Amino acid sequence: MRKLPDTRPAHSLISGRAGSATRHESAHKHVSGDALYVDDIPEPAGMLYGYVGLSSIAHATLKQMNLDAVRTAPGVMDVVTAKDLPALTDIGPVFPGDHLLAEGKVNFHGQVLFAVAATSQDAARRAARLADVKYEAQQADLTLESALAQEHFVRPTHTQRRGDADTAIATAPNRLSGHFKIGGQEQMYLEGQIALSIPGEDGSMLVHSSTQHPAETQKLVAEVLGLPMSLVTVTVRRMGGAFGGKETNANQWACLSALLARRTGRPVKLRLARADDMTTTGKRHPFHSDYEVGFDDEGRILGLNLKLSGNCGHSPDLSDAIVDRAMFHADNCYFLPAARIIGNRVKTHTASNTAFRGFGGPQGMLAIEQIIENIAQATGQDALDIRQRNFYGPDGRNVTHYGQTIEQHIIAPLVARLTKTSEYRQRREAVRAFNSENAILKRGLALTPVKFGISFTVQHLNQAGALLHVYTDGSIQLNHGGTEMGQGLYTKVAQVVASEFGVDLSSITCTATRTDKVPNTSPTAASSGSDLNGMAARDAARKIRQRLTEFAAEKFAVPAESIQFANDHVSLGAQRITFAELVQQAYLGRISLSATGYYRTPKIHYDRANASGRPFFYYAYGAACSEVLIDTLTGENRVLRVDICQDVGQSLNPVLDIGQIEGGFIQGMGWLTTEELVWNEQGRLLTNNPASYKIPTIGDTPPVFNVELMPDSPNTEATIFHSKAVGEPPLMLGISVWAALRDAVASIGEHRTAPLLDAPATPERILAACDQVRAARGERQ
Amino acid sequence: MVTLQVNGKTMEVDVSPDTPLLWVIRENLEMTGTKFGCGIAQCGACTVHLDGSPVRSCSLPVSVAQGRSVTTIEGLADGDTLHPVQQAWIDHQVPQCGYCQSGQIMSAAALLARNANPSDAEIDGAMSGNICRCGMYSRIKDAIKTAASGVQVFEPAQEVQNG
Repeated sequence: MRKLPDTRPAHSLISGRAGSATRHESAHKHVSGDALYVDDIPEPAGMLYGYVGLSSIAHATLKQMNLDAVRTAPGVMDVVTAKDLPALTDIGPVFPGDHLLAEGKVNFHGQVLFAVAATSQDAARRAARLADVKYEAQQADLTLESALAQEHFVRPTHTQRRGDADTAIATAPNRLSGHFKIGGQEQMYLEGQIALSIPGEDGSMLVHSSTQHPAETQKLVAEVLGLPMSLVTVTVRRMGGAFGGKETNANQWACLSALLARRTGRPVKLRLARADDMTTTGKRHPFHSDYEVGFDDEGRILGLNLKLSGNCGHSPDLSDAIVDRAMFHADNCYFLPAARIIGNRVKTHTASNTAFRGFGGPQGMLAIEQIIENIAQATGQDALDIRQRNFYGPDGRNVTHYGQTIEQHIIAPLVARLTKTSEYRQRREAVRAFNSENAILKRGLALTPVKFGISFTVQHLNQAGALLHVYTDGSIQLNHGGTEMGQGLYTKVAQVVASEFGVDLSSITCTATRTDKVPNTSPTAASSGSDLNGMAARDAARKIRQRLTEFAAEKFAVPAESIQFANDHVSLGAQRITFAELVQQAYLGRISLSATGYYRTPKIHYDRANASGRPFFYYAYGAACSEVLIDTLTGENRVLRVDICQDVGQSLNPVLDIGQIEGGFIQGMGWLTTEELVWNEQGRLLTNNPASYKIPTIGDTPPVFNVELMPDSPNTEATIFHSKAVGEPPLMLGISVWAALRDAVASIGEHRTAPLLDAPATPERILAACDQVRAARGERQ
Repeated sequence: MVTLQVNGKTMEVDVSPDTPLLWVIRENLEMTGTKFGCGIAQCGACTVHLDGSPVRSCSLPVSVAQGRSVTTIEGLADGDTLHPVQQAWIDHQVPQCGYCQSGQIMSAAALLARNANPSDAEIDGAMSGNICRCGMYSRIKDAIKTAASGVQVFEPAQEVQNG
């Protein structure tokens, strides 16, 4: 027999339980430069570098593609076009339309035409520019307006109805209608798209991919190569940011690197340059909102007709679910007695827009917040009063326009709390006083709520798996289907396992997400990472703990229910041994110390044909109060103070959760202020690098930035330790900045004229809105 | 052949003189802590020190660094003892995805080396060339102040709970 290892020393006091403010598992590696991203993995011998050639026109027939100069360029080992694809050619994740390589047609500027493998990154990129491509240009639909007018859609329109909205609006004491434009957003993950494929025995392929969805990347690589999925392994230890931009958009680079690796028999790394990454990958969907609303004299909404039209780009990708989520969030926190919400999936000849933190929810929510703001000006009341008056309530006002009953009424007390802690009412008076004394500089204040539905609206994605091994020294290896993109998922799930075994967090190693460890997983998306994978890991831990308990009860002759796992020890009646000692005894007693875990979210269903059901397991709530200062002669602006209260249930890790809230807010603020995507008239993205596309920097951070977790608010649903999801909801707190900027503009006209302030509220748009309100004031006088 | 002093060691690399310093560090010297972000000196992920000053290595020809002293994130710690900025980064839990953080830390360390007690405006000025898409700017600011004061104010990992 082999000698057993020395057991791990036990801690007398352990750290890292669920609920503690434990540091990120990679904290030390992040600051020392030791954390490995795909591009940092030591390059295998003989590795080649892949690159892609992109179209220079938005819509065309491909007449001829002469790649002779590419093939003969220095260092080039292989060139591949659509004609060379051995099996699957369309990598559309749900519906067809995303060609791995262009086939006879070009549908957007920057579409991948061919791929090349060469002996250096430089050689591959230089070669990819040598293609001689002849296009026959076709009429391109480049704007949402023109494509919508022609009813060019990537998927059929979907409608959610409640009551008779037309009659409710027609009979309402007050009516408003309008049109509002919402901009898109580039994910701008700092680690760009990248994949490294390494061919192995029997035609197998190991793919290191910066992907949020390893199982889908695995499936598509297998289908593109014509292999069974069992021969393809996809792995990712961590991503340098993703934000939805690597949910489906990572697949193409994994597939192309694997294809080039298969053809050359050598490892191939494909890393996109920043401008190409921003040009060819999808972004947050720009939306248009067209609405008609009826309301009473106190601003209560009586009926709403809302048409939400998302610019999906040239293909469906995930747009069906994204526009659905916009529709699901068109109520935000507000009861809509009668409503018709129409969602259009508009097709344009641009890159196919895709997931981005919030997944359509932010656009739907901003649409209703713009309507609420307009009602405030129409009724001459404070927008916060209008919001509070319209909140869902317990009796008769608790069912959404898609039939889900609101069970936890958190938003009213949460907003009441934030109104007090942010001193909203006193500051409203101070802002009014400031504005009456200053002709040029104006302050604005807004407090906006968020209700965000948690669960994938595609039901089958709400499942997860985990794999847990306990070794004979007492150390534990954890693996699950969730991916780490900085949100701290590995840390939180390890905390769950540490809590189940009563061991110190240092006992647990979380290994890279791999399709050969946990199969058939869902993307780490929809804020679901901890909810799903935490539960799956807990299931695995409980299986092993149960086996250990049964073994110990028999061996030590103590009642099973008296056995406790705590502080790296196991209490066995009068005896207390270390966890590692029990593990060794159990091994010798031939007890399995490895288990899989599984979880599927209960209760959820949605009947899309009738647009009714319970798509969400629960809702996460939050609110933000922002104060801004604008220069009404230039549109320049700054955020002065932000107060946030966010409902995370019983936090799994407050320091990680607050980080998500701060970062989500900053990202949402960027979407609605400085981040503007600009295309030229030929459909070429002009803002294709961080010099022209401006995300927030340290100087844009509010000088006063108070973030609070809603206290004493455990999730009433049986989620992992009664926590709530925190990934996406805080992004929509940024709406408070847009609303505050609009409030500052409205002050020019004593809040009697509704400013037309499309998003993002750039200085140019703020200035135009100031001019519009000044003109309206002039007409009144 | 280009001769560089990198993290105190003399190194010779056989590259074209116009090769960006970033790729010499990452590929020839195989130190991958310094990251590629945008390639046009606009994101700051590739920040290293050249004779103590922060530079964007993605856009700096290696010939400029000939005979000069380069410090990368791997050279910032003193053996096992982290640089005060690195320690403050952990104490304040600054990194989320971590990808931009080598550059952030190098910019912050250079700032504190020339200004031991920077104001908010000076921090904004020195750090605005380093973007963080996870949006951790308020923690960056707090961590710089902590590193400047030399006092640890926050240590989540020391939070210990019974059973």
